[in-house]
Amino acid sequence: MNAPAPAEPLLTLTGVSLRQGNSTTLDGIDLAVGRGEIVTLIGPNGAGKTTLLRIGLGLLAPDTGEVWRRPKLIVGYMPQRIAVDETMPLTAGRFLALGGRVPRAHRDAVAAETNIVALLGRPVQRLSGGEMQRVLLARALLRKPALLVLDEPAQSLDVTGQAEFYRLIAAVRTQRGCGVLLVSHDLHLVMGAADRVVCLNHHVCCTGLPHDVRAHPAYRALFPVVEDMAGLAVYTHAHNHEHAPSGAVLPHAGDHAHDDHHHQGPHDHVRHG
Amino acid sequence: MDDFLLRALAGGIGVAIVAGPLGAFVVWRRLAYFGDTLSHSALLGIAIGLAAGIEPELTTISVCAGLAVVLVALQHQRYLAGDTLLGILSHSALSLGLVVVAFMPTLRLDLMTLLFGDILAVTASDLYWIWGGGAVSLALLALLWRKLLAITVHEELARVEGVNATLVRLGFMLLIALVIAVALKIVGILLITSLLIVPAAAARRLAATPEAMAILAALVGSLSVAMGLAFSFAWDTPTGPSIVVAAATLFAAGLLVPLRRSI
Repeated sequence: MNAPAPAEPLLTLTGVSLRQGNSTTLDGIDLAVGRGEIVTLIGPNGAGKTTLLRIGLGLLAPDTGEVWRRPKLIVGYMPQRIAVDETMPLTAGRFLALGGRVPRAHRDAVAAETNIVALLGRPVQRLSGGEMQRVLLARALLRKPALLVLDEPAQSLDVTGQAEFYRLIAAVRTQRGCGVLLVSHDLHLVMGAADRVVCLNHHVCCTGLPHDVRAHPAYRALFPVVEDMAGLAVYTHAHNHEHAPSGAVLPHAGDHAHDDHHHQGPHDHVRHG
Repeated sequence: MDDFLLRALAGGIGVAIVAGPLGAFVVWRRLAYFGDTLSHSALLGIAIGLAAGIEPELTTISVCAGLAVVLVALQHQRYLAGDTLLGILSHSALSLGLVVVAFMPTLRLDLMTLLFGDILAVTASDLYWIWGGGAVSLALLALLWRKLLAITVHEELARVEGVNATLVRLGFMLLIALVIAVALKIVGILLITSLLIVPAAAARRLAATPEAMAILAALVGSLSVAMGLAFSFAWDTPTGPSIVVAAATLFAAGLLVPLRRSI
């Protein structure tokens, strides 16, 4: 299940390997993100997702393999979490400015887009998880990035918040045409927002369209428990359509065989009475 | 007012103005113990300078900066925890300095002066050092300000945004070394860190931005110097410690200011 190379690649990793201590963290990873594409890295905790991101960002050098970034690529990065020391008086607005000087009109537009206008005067230490995520996204967008790299962007959000956040990412991609590389260990909502899913557990287990990956034996081997949890399977669906995170019906993403499995999620036809 | 008092005031305030903003970073980056370690190595720098006939300020800066680089390099090892490492280096550096001084019987060093400072003995040439070095430090700090703030808040994010974190951190270390070399005269090796962190900590509650905290720290530091000097003059107490007591008193008074939740 090899993904075709994107038409306009922004970031390409070829055969990237890294050993940390005595264990192999990453083993021969190929990964590419193109313009206007949302690539989602999924995998269990400790699978090397964040390490791979850091290599892609140039924060860490691999032992072997090639990292290619489009020359003069502007990257907007959203780290997993940020903890500003209580001793530093820092408002969200000032935090945004730390990324560099931008015209005021641009800042205001981005603040409106990410819905943080009301937060700009608040100390960053007093922001909730979801508010901080939007501020971090705003800081990344201020740079007018061609590539957005998001590390577990929705981890501190509830399900509704996650759906909203992924909708925002999808809108950003559509409006700006930037590539998006995002990491997640949650599965269902994030896969709904992705064009391509790369399932990582030290090596690339499988890659492809969200639905294809879900049907792949390697994916099922990695996430058996979740698949068995009836009632949580909000995404996998044997019908001829998919659901966007908003619940809107989308056309089928691809033609493929379904494994025969049972679920009693919200889409099942439960007889009332 | 006597000349020596004026010189003391000018020297003390000169140091406080630089130590305030730099001290804010020491507080934000949780480097209080790190500052202590560097200042303890200053004695070694002075001893080397006097023995070799070089300006002791220069050797002090060199030794402090060298130790800072070693410390940063050693932080990457995982064998020892950071505070253990600092504890080892801090006291070894101080002891090594004392031992080296003992080996030079011709050297007339007043240890009490070195350890606790002698602000009343500040000379005109000391003032050149303090104000000249201070001006250079502040200019360098202003140059690094945004980048230093950015790596303090989140280093990897800043690096992705194009900040050369290693270079900025190195510049910051150099600034600390410079301030230690200059502040030595005022409060002595053992109390320098307090001049960095106490005014900054006192300013925290009153400030709504990083810049306001830095400026307020400089003001609190200057006020502490004036108060300490006055107290020392009136009651014949040791001047360096009196300045630190004044700063601590201002810090305690600051705690009485109710903290606005929005800050």
